[in-house]
Amino acid sequence: MANLTVEAIELTRLYGGRAAVSDVTFSLQQGQVLGFLGPNGAGKSTTMKMLTGNLAPSAGSVKICGIDMIEHPKEAKALIGYLPEMRPLYKEFTVDEYLTIAARLHNVSGKHIKKAVEHAKERCGLTHMSKRLIENLSNGYQQRVGIAQAIIHNPMVVILDEPTVGLDPIQIRDIRALIKEIGQAHSVIVSTHILPEVEMVCDHVQIIDKGKLVFNGGIDVLKQQRIGNKLLVGLRNAPAAAQLAAIAGVAEVEPADGMWRIRFQDGTQPHEAIVQAAVQNGWGLYHIAPDQTSLEDVFVQLTYHETASADEAKAA
Amino acid sequence: MLNIARKELKSMFASPMGWIILALLTFSFGTYYLNGVNNYFEVMSGSIRPAERIGVTQFVGQTVYGLASFIMLFAVPLLSMRLISEERRSQTMPFLFSAPLSISEIVVGKFLGLVVFLSILVVYIAAMLSTLNIWADIDFGYIFANSLGLLLLVSSFAALGLYFSSLTAQPIIAGILSFIALFVLMILDRFFAGDPTSTMLKFSLMRHFQSFAGGLIDTADLAYFGLFILTFITLTIRRLDADRLRG
Repeated sequence: MANLTVEAIELTRLYGGRAAVSDVTFSLQQGQVLGFLGPNGAGKSTTMKMLTGNLAPSAGSVKICGIDMIEHPKEAKALIGYLPEMRPLYKEFTVDEYLTIAARLHNVSGKHIKKAVEHAKERCGLTHMSKRLIENLSNGYQQRVGIAQAIIHNPMVVILDEPTVGLDPIQIRDIRALIKEIGQAHSVIVSTHILPEVEMVCDHVQIIDKGKLVFNGGIDVLKQQRIGNKLLVGLRNAPAAAQLAAIAGVAEVEPADGMWRIRFQDGTQPHEAIVQAAVQNGWGLYHIAPDQTSLEDVFVQLTYHETASADEAKAA
Repeated sequence: MLNIARKELKSMFASPMGWIILALLTFSFGTYYLNGVNNYFEVMSGSIRPAERIGVTQFVGQTVYGLASFIMLFAVPLLSMRLISEERRSQTMPFLFSAPLSISEIVVGKFLGLVVFLSILVVYIAAMLSTLNIWADIDFGYIFANSLGLLLLVSSFAALGLYFSSLTAQPIIAGILSFIALFVLMILDRFFAGDPTSTMLKFSLMRHFQSFAGGLIDTADLAYFGLFILTFITLTIRRLDADRLRG
């Protein structure tokens, strides 16, 4: 495909014989936002370092817009904006000075530097902080400077390692809007711990665990898993489980905290039948709601049942 | 590459450190210069034999350049120590690594930044000595040779300092290590003074500076300084490359 912006092919990184990342393969198209999830030490940051050329992979290769990172690092790096986990800020400079340096290092031509700096500041809400020393900025504002630095040269691929850490809720909302905006024209890779964030900004999700990719697919697949196929039903005069299970479409019934968790077969929607049965038999229905497994559950499920989820990923 | 040099210069002047070092050095060179001019007449009026009578350029130049080469031994490690180790400590290395720059460009840029800063002092000393021309007919060739020698000397200091800075994340440790290394290299010729044929003598930075100090530009010395700088810059590049490879 012509508009592939990032291609990672069998990326592997060994640290003294132990694989921090092994055999990670994925690709990203223009206009996609990829969420990168994983527990601590799963290899998220290592993968990002390899994507940005900060770390040489032990095996495999990275291509940015078709340019190989190892063979032509300069050309490939020019297409990337990267915010590492630890913000790379020179604290002795003011915001303007720092962003000017960043623009210059990324080959923004002389006459466009001022415009680029202004634009980046505007996008990150930093215009009133121009003359402040970075050292004196609050954590959240420093984070914004870090993001401004990553987007200053209008790169094809923006890679942000936990961009919303240390921001207040309003700032987080702004940054998420910003990520979405960038994601429309370019590609964005965001790593995060905050699961709802993934749901909000990303249209593609990858879950990595112990260096292996355990899930790779659209956000819809993940959402579907989250909403699931379960109902939580509360009944005052509960019948025997067998009676519930007899309703057409119901696959499994199990008690849950005084209520019943009813799992139904794929493709059926026995909500109505359940309600009708409850009314006819006088079971005393007082609660019926979809049983949402939280994204956290899905996450835990995926990262701790590797084999099962690999199958699901294949199915997806 | 030039952008890196520019950034380094800017950051040197962004903190009081750069200004203070510049001011202190300027002050001490100025004092020695004044003393040199004052002493010249006293000493010369005492010396009768023609062999003892040397020109004012050489007399004052000797004092100032002698002091300069010695003081730079302290000043350069102070300036060079934070070049890379500070970036490591504040985790700003990825900022440079992910910019479209090769590692060689980063290293050479940093080296150039420091050399440009130090050359301010070299130019300043040369300009100061040239003012003698108002009262006397001075030997510009001597000043040129000395300036070139001093520039090469401090560039070598800077290259070594840069390498030690790349070894650690603690600027102070880098500073102390490079000071010790430079000091050893400076006084090697004293250690082996008894044996003039010793190969160790050839490694002494001071010995190679001596010929410049006498106003002599020798290609052997030029080659020595050139190789010295090249060696340490290459080592630094390799060291940073190892970071990328080994993580």
